[in-house]
Amino acid sequence: MSYLPHTPEERTEMLDVIGVASVDELFANVPESLRSGEPNIGKGMSELEVVRLLDGLQAQNLDLEHRPSFLGGGAYQHYVPSAVPAITGRSEFYTSYTPYQPEVSQGTLQVIYEFQTMIAELMGLDISNASLYDMATAVAEACTIAINETRRSRVLVAAGVHPDSRQVVATYMRAQGFECVDLGEDWTIDVERAGQLIDESIAGVVVQSPNFWGAIEPMQELCEAAHRSGALFIAAVNPLSLALLAPPGEYGADIGVGCGQPLGISLSYGGPYLGLIAVREGLERRLPGRIAGATQDSRGRKGYVLTLQAREQHIRREKATSNICTNHQLMALAATVYLSLLGKEGLRELAALCLRRAHYAAEMVTGLDGFGIAFEAPFFNEFTVKTPVPAAEINRHLLNAGIIGGLDLGQIDERLDHFLTLAVTEMNDREQIDDLVETLRSLEPVEASVAEADLQGAGAGGRS
Amino acid sequence: MSEQLIFELSSPGRKGYSLPPVDVPEVPVEKLLDGAKLRGRPAELPQVSEPDVVRHFTHLSKLNYSIDSGFYPLGSCTMKYNPKVNEQAVVAAGWRAIHPYQPEATVQGALRLMYELQEILCEIAGMSEFTLQPAAGAHGELTGLLMIQAYHRARGQSGRNEVIAPDSSHGTNPATASMVGCKLITVHSDDRGRVDLEELRKLACERTAALMLTNPSTLGLFDEQVEEMSEIIHEAGGMMYYDGANLNAIMGVARPGDMGFDVVHLNLHKTFTTPHGGGGPGAGPVGVKAVLAPFLPVPSVSLRGQQYVLEYDRPQSIGKVRSFYGNFGMLVRAFTYIRRMGSDGLSQVSRDAVLSANYLRARLRDLYPEAYGGPNMHEVVLSGKKIQRETGVRTMDVAKRLIDHGFHPPTVYFPLIVDEALMIEPTETENKDTLDAFVEAMRAIAEEARTSPETVKTAPHSAPVGRLDEVQAARRPDLRWRASHVANESGVPPTPESQPLGV
Repeated sequence: MSYLPHTPEERTEMLDVIGVASVDELFANVPESLRSGEPNIGKGMSELEVVRLLDGLQAQNLDLEHRPSFLGGGAYQHYVPSAVPAITGRSEFYTSYTPYQPEVSQGTLQVIYEFQTMIAELMGLDISNASLYDMATAVAEACTIAINETRRSRVLVAAGVHPDSRQVVATYMRAQGFECVDLGEDWTIDVERAGQLIDESIAGVVVQSPNFWGAIEPMQELCEAAHRSGALFIAAVNPLSLALLAPPGEYGADIGVGCGQPLGISLSYGGPYLGLIAVREGLERRLPGRIAGATQDSRGRKGYVLTLQAREQHIRREKATSNICTNHQLMALAATVYLSLLGKEGLRELAALCLRRAHYAAEMVTGLDGFGIAFEAPFFNEFTVKTPVPAAEINRHLLNAGIIGGLDLGQIDERLDHFLTLAVTEMNDREQIDDLVETLRSLEPVEASVAEADLQGAGAGGRS
Repeated sequence: MSEQLIFELSSPGRKGYSLPPVDVPEVPVEKLLDGAKLRGRPAELPQVSEPDVVRHFTHLSKLNYSIDSGFYPLGSCTMKYNPKVNEQAVVAAGWRAIHPYQPEATVQGALRLMYELQEILCEIAGMSEFTLQPAAGAHGELTGLLMIQAYHRARGQSGRNEVIAPDSSHGTNPATASMVGCKLITVHSDDRGRVDLEELRKLACERTAALMLTNPSTLGLFDEQVEEMSEIIHEAGGMMYYDGANLNAIMGVARPGDMGFDVVHLNLHKTFTTPHGGGGPGAGPVGVKAVLAPFLPVPSVSLRGQQYVLEYDRPQSIGKVRSFYGNFGMLVRAFTYIRRMGSDGLSQVSRDAVLSANYLRARLRDLYPEAYGGPNMHEVVLSGKKIQRETGVRTMDVAKRLIDHGFHPPTVYFPLIVDEALMIEPTETENKDTLDAFVEAMRAIAEEARTSPETVKTAPHSAPVGRLDEVQAARRPDLRWRASHVANESGVPPTPESQPLGV
């Protein structure tokens, strides 16, 4: 068997050294009553057979490389420069483990240090950790920081935070007996109403901007409202948008979280992605997970180690800041390489390109009969439109034309079944956008009165 | 000379990117974002060319020890060979370029793979249903305890807030118990390294939520009392949680489900060869018995007629534990490996892993006595106590000296209950020549400890850096680079040479 090197002769030699007659004797401690025998999962296959099997399966998926797509909602199709997989594909990186032995892990440790620097820079905050699993768990960990820092037991989570993040926060908070309260019921948050909700029982306020529907929230004002009541402000962001938009640190946020997927990580049906978390100075000892720091070796040479480990489970056990044991290092490496390639100028140029194309698309789509922009707030690379027929129907029509449409919000909240969220990146050139618009135009015309009645029904939940 | 930081290679105007032309109206950014607060100071990202980037990270990669470069016997981590076919399979566009919100009809291949993997894991572990969502082993533990908590609450037993774990357990077990608001109760190991059954009997009570157990334990021993433990816990109304870190020892031999465990997490990055990635991403799927299935996270993948669908209809679900559906890329790799190995291959994996670990024990025990009597399973815990007593050389020194001999050190000082612990997990993918060379190195170091202890105490001598000052790193944390002009403006001195970021 190609991954198992022992020959029968070698097995015999090894058994002789051990002093037993058979491998079975080594399993003598396993009671007979528990013996299961081989699992019923089929015999092993050759590499060629497995390659064909997997290729047959992947061919049953419609991939986004061979057709246009306007899907976003927390996962974005961006171009991944060839140098990114060239580096993450180096087995010195992908077949090593957490740098427990720093002397033989300086590569990974320096990458973490560079990653921490880049994320802190992007967020405009002081300190980043080595990464978390994804944005949803990052938001939940941020809420735990807020609860521990303020010794309060409620968190406010904006309606526009990604629904998966909202659900994960609810799951984590419920388990510990903390309360998770909804903030806002419209496409963007009303600052005045938010101010009334944020009282001195609130540990943290979580707001995502651009939010799940694409709208940019009034972060500065919301942050001030949180701070007036002594709550921490947790900003959830798309890192690419930070090339143009004010980063969490610039409006005073205490914690910045986000999903690093847009930074050189493929869609891969939802994972693995990259959880980002950065904090202002003073909160670093509450951070979960790995953190790398610079130090010196015995001869005064610079080197890197995992540090502030007194926060972590392998030292503190039940008193740790979190149970997280690793990070998403290979994804953090991808983001570090990506941000190195794009750099200070490139990230801004890319963000501007996405911004302009998204606005072009919005203008064209909302110029069609029956389509209208859902909100007046500014947006970055994603926006939501009201649709004259259910968004699901529109997506079916687009799919028939070979286009993967946008996100039918009815999938998330059935009251919003006449709303479609469209994301536009550098992958969607003008031709694709124009095709999208023409295909939408070719939709069977529906009777205006029916469409309008539908539209009014879809305004449920205060959205209009 | 230490490796420069990518920021120190930067030169204004250098580019490592190329973008398509702007083919839509070039409206000023400020106008398009009217009403939004714009960024003030740009992020200090480097400005470097593509060759600069590739060379920098290639240099860094060479400072790492990895499985592909050598023997990596890190106990409890199962650092086995990661087959190349896994990596080749996963880059197909049909896996890499599919979006989590695509219509189900357009991702039938992905859903089918997930469905089949759920079924396979059920069969291997002896469970009824699996969720593929958890991103890592620790995340699987959290998911498992959340389900156990929800189960007790649904039965009106919300007072069950104690989680029992052995003193040999992974640090994640107690940390996870805390995350769900439970109190950790430690049960001690007896003089054979097994759970002290008498103590467990006293601890199990109406407050017991669960017993978290690794079997084989972190001592590398199969606890043959597991059925009795299961009886004790179940009689007290608690649930049995299986930490699957050590599953590599028992595939085709015994199944956690048959041992009485109600919840199991598996580490796909250990047993099922998805790469460790320098510290993730992994995957920690969780299996449950039917009684806990109503509480599984949503969605799972089910088959309706001929269609694979994401199933959300689970009213008692604990909810979601992460975004979307799991670390899908890792699922593809694990599926590839499992299909390659099959039932016969996986069974042979465990037999060879156990054989190799026992071989190392047999050849090293005279110099590094085993903590508890054998036979052990897939890993062996030895102690450096004898050498320390006789020469003053500590286990950490032995570990560091192994680097000079060309090996990655084993896990050291864990489990906590073994003095000067050396936890060695060779895995089934290392050949006998490698095992023999490792034995020779360990024996040579024992000899060096007598003849030239200073050489061992100051090791490593051949690594890119010598032993690093972790105390300084923690006392004066330097956690990021700062551009000199930015640092000066803000009054913070620049890194790296001068002051670290003060705390």
